[in-house]
Amino acid sequence: MKSLKAQNHPLSNTQYELQLLESQKTGISFSEKLAECGLYPLLPTQIEILQINLGKMCNQVCKHCHVDAGPDRKEIMAFETMQECLEVIKKHDVGTVDLTGGAPEMNPHFKWFVEKIRQLKPKATIIVRCNLTIILANPKFKDLPEFFRQHQVEVVSSLPYFTAIKTDAQRGEGVFEKSIKALQMLNMVGYGQENSGLMLNLVYNPAGAFLPGSQEGLETEFKKRLKSQYGISFNSLYTITNLPISRFLEYLLRSGNYESYMEKLIEAYNPIAASNVMCRNTISVGWDGYLYDCDFNQMLELKVSCQNSQHIKDWNLEILNNREIVINQHCFGCTAGAGSSCGGATA
Amino acid sequence: MKTYYDPEDLKKFGKIGEFQKSMADKFFAYYGEVFQEGALTAREKSLIALAVAHAIQCPYCIDAYTVDGMEKGCDEEQMMEAVHVAAAIRAGASLVHSTQMMNKVKEISM
Repeated sequence: MKSLKAQNHPLSNTQYELQLLESQKTGISFSEKLAECGLYPLLPTQIEILQINLGKMCNQVCKHCHVDAGPDRKEIMAFETMQECLEVIKKHDVGTVDLTGGAPEMNPHFKWFVEKIRQLKPKATIIVRCNLTIILANPKFKDLPEFFRQHQVEVVSSLPYFTAIKTDAQRGEGVFEKSIKALQMLNMVGYGQENSGLMLNLVYNPAGAFLPGSQEGLETEFKKRLKSQYGISFNSLYTITNLPISRFLEYLLRSGNYESYMEKLIEAYNPIAASNVMCRNTISVGWDGYLYDCDFNQMLELKVSCQNSQHIKDWNLEILNNREIVINQHCFGCTAGAGSSCGGATA
Repeated sequence: MKTYYDPEDLKKFGKIGEFQKSMADKFFAYYGEVFQEGALTAREKSLIALAVAHAIQCPYCIDAYTVDGMEKGCDEEQMMEAVHVAAAIRAGASLVHSTQMMNKVKEISM
């Protein structure tokens, strides 16, 4: 399967995506919903997390991917941009550095970057959003579990279900089997094991046009099934709602589920989730160094609203902390039900 | 095409209080409490609801509890087994009455 961009699909054009989202039939805007609970304009609380996208290149082509990542995507963060990120990490009290992609490990400077972050911030939480199969994709990646352990990196990995049929339907043929092997390798070096301090968290995205259920209930079921069938342990399960952008939007439109899915997101709007949205404490850095309120805005090319601090080289914490967060209809995905963020449910 | 069952009507379920509010309020409060986590998990209750929905053949309930089961992490195999439980009970309920037929046959036969 090719990326939408490689197919020259209309949905690879972010202006087209935004027009589609804005013309959605229900007619209720996200800003109106925020205003109802006194949250408009949406403002940051304090920047605690720097999420850095190291590139759109990936060894997988997942059907729901909001990045439209894949082997045919060549956009990766340059060494100079990484150095600019390190300057910001050095100067500011960033508690969490969250590395994402594509497959962030495919960036040739990935290990160097992790080492530098750890040197600069010995106590910071460093997260890598590892797709698991990358560990088995090439012999040069086989030492990743040990590398993560040495640098006390928290591993967050997608596993949409504890069976092959559903996982492979979303993430590609054979992904489940490789993911299980990779999880066992991570367990072997101590990840997900009690008292090891090595955090292994899984991400559940629904494999279809429905919302995630209770995070606690799903975590219990995942733990029971993965332990009994594969001997796998992990720390927490994060439930994440699929946002109606990029490949998931393409799926919704193709399957005739778009209108009903949007209605469902809007009906399930939860003001508590709205007050806890991740864009209030996160800045997302694109592969080219531009700054966004979140990873989804990044994929829609909606840069932060403050003109004087739109690139990592122009980072100004005061300006960023006082910006208005850019919102649109896709934001209903983060406020539905128990809420959704890169760290799971928020309400 | 007009039909007796319209999927859009399911969305109106919450508005039945328009004609009788106090009873609707009591029903929805009770309904909500029944499906909370309890001695049975919300997931187990969802599977029971799906089976019952098939036993009573309510298209609204089948739609609602198929989605609910998916959201709660049930897979297709589990949901189909739940429907088989309903089907088995329905079949058994018919078949167990055959004992009455057998009794009668024996009563009137030489």
